[in-house]
Amino acid sequence: MKRADIAVIGAGPAGLSCAVEAAKAGAKVVVLDENLKPGGQLFKQIHKFFGSREHRAGTRGFRIGQQLLEETEKLGVEVVLDAAVYGIYEDRLIAYITNGKDHTLKAEKIVLATGASENALAFPGCTLPGVMGAGAAQTMINVNRVLPGEKILMVGSGNVGLIVSYQLMQAGADVVALIEAAPKIGGYGVHASKIRRAGVPIHVSTTIKEIIGEEKVEEVVTIELDRNWQQIPGTEKNFEADTVCLAVGLSPLTELAWMAGCEFVYIPPLGGQVPIHDRNMETTLEGVYVAGDITGVEEASSAMEEGRLAGVACAESLGYYDKIKALELKNEIWNRLDALRTGPFGEGRFQAKLKQVNARGQLV
Amino acid sequence: MVRYFKLMPKMLFETRIGGRKLRVIHHPILGDETRQFNAKITVDGKEIPAIEGEPIAAALLAAGIKKFRETQKYHKPRGIFCAIGRCTDCVMTVDGVPNVRTCVTPVRDGMIINTQKGLGKWGDQQS
Repeated sequence: MKRADIAVIGAGPAGLSCAVEAAKAGAKVVVLDENLKPGGQLFKQIHKFFGSREHRAGTRGFRIGQQLLEETEKLGVEVVLDAAVYGIYEDRLIAYITNGKDHTLKAEKIVLATGASENALAFPGCTLPGVMGAGAAQTMINVNRVLPGEKILMVGSGNVGLIVSYQLMQAGADVVALIEAAPKIGGYGVHASKIRRAGVPIHVSTTIKEIIGEEKVEEVVTIELDRNWQQIPGTEKNFEADTVCLAVGLSPLTELAWMAGCEFVYIPPLGGQVPIHDRNMETTLEGVYVAGDITGVEEASSAMEEGRLAGVACAESLGYYDKIKALELKNEIWNRLDALRTGPFGEGRFQAKLKQVNARGQLV
Repeated sequence: MVRYFKLMPKMLFETRIGGRKLRVIHHPILGDETRQFNAKITVDGKEIPAIEGEPIAAALLAAGIKKFRETQKYHKPRGIFCAIGRCTDCVMTVDGVPNVRTCVTPVRDGMIINTQKGLGKWGDQQS
């Protein structure tokens, strides 16, 4: 059995930031990740991040990933890859499989940074090969350098839908249209303008009626929606496409938190059921923390801040930081997190996170 | 002469990725593709070029293969959905092992991959 001060599950932006922060304080950290490479979904994000300078705005996601890996290495954090965690037991005992063999790890603190996965959408033909998550297409083009298809229709106008549409064009694909069920574009205007300037039509109040194809996507039929989200007959449009990308939100990957016995709260803007945590990112289970998309879907910048917060909090409760030093560090992070949750796009998340933290007090 | 012809297939091993329409060769941010084909995998009896270490699913998509398996009951086609190893829609039979997530399993030279029928069978190297 392996031992560590802190076990972090997930080597994405949240998990690595947490490990770096805790290792800086002097804690022995082990990071487990089921993938063969660390970095989570950062390496497919080739766009510049938004926010202010302290959020690394203007730096491309994959560069931030490289920097995080360098820091992790410099601090001597142990990252175990190809390690699928399948159980968390009493007294924070973690069971995982690596290289086909069982292992256990006992830690004083556990940080769950498992991320999120893409949502699907149901319509006739939605299971045909060629229908995939927008993030999946992004992985294919930016990490594997393979186009999933040549003519792509994007569903969803949030930032993921807008950015991935642009990146598909950068990779050489033809984006035939972007459709959005809501009456207005969901993501930032700057991204929407960029793809519109490139000639991609954006149709709002529109959804997919069906996809036509035997063994794969061949043609997409869209239909307009009225104010009650009902299809308006006679407004169908046909698009020739071989790929349909769905950018219709993500859901937190919460299996391990459920298994460990964390209390949850249902908050739809954060992606559904999310583990309740306090201002230190600690769940309702003592010594079990969460960070990143598992706590509610946001983006990589806030995931990294939440990771740092969990790292500082773990280090503090293990005695690596005194209360004053920890409070100073946490205050800085809380301020940066608040800054990421302002404005017309962030305010909703700010309120949702408040509800999540307050839910702890309402448990019976 | 006989020897010469025996060597031919090896000499004709195509390593150049350029010109393959689904491979991203030039990219404004990532730069040019520098890798070369250095592996061959057999998919349902047909050989396709691949790059060691890339996910099997990437090599298949690049070769224009989209259908990865058929469902158990209605034999409906399925392909890639999440590409990060979560949804298991892309599982295939790889070297006789069924239910291998092709989106997170790296290519090795000489792999034998088959479209999976239903839940698949162990040791099933032929389709």
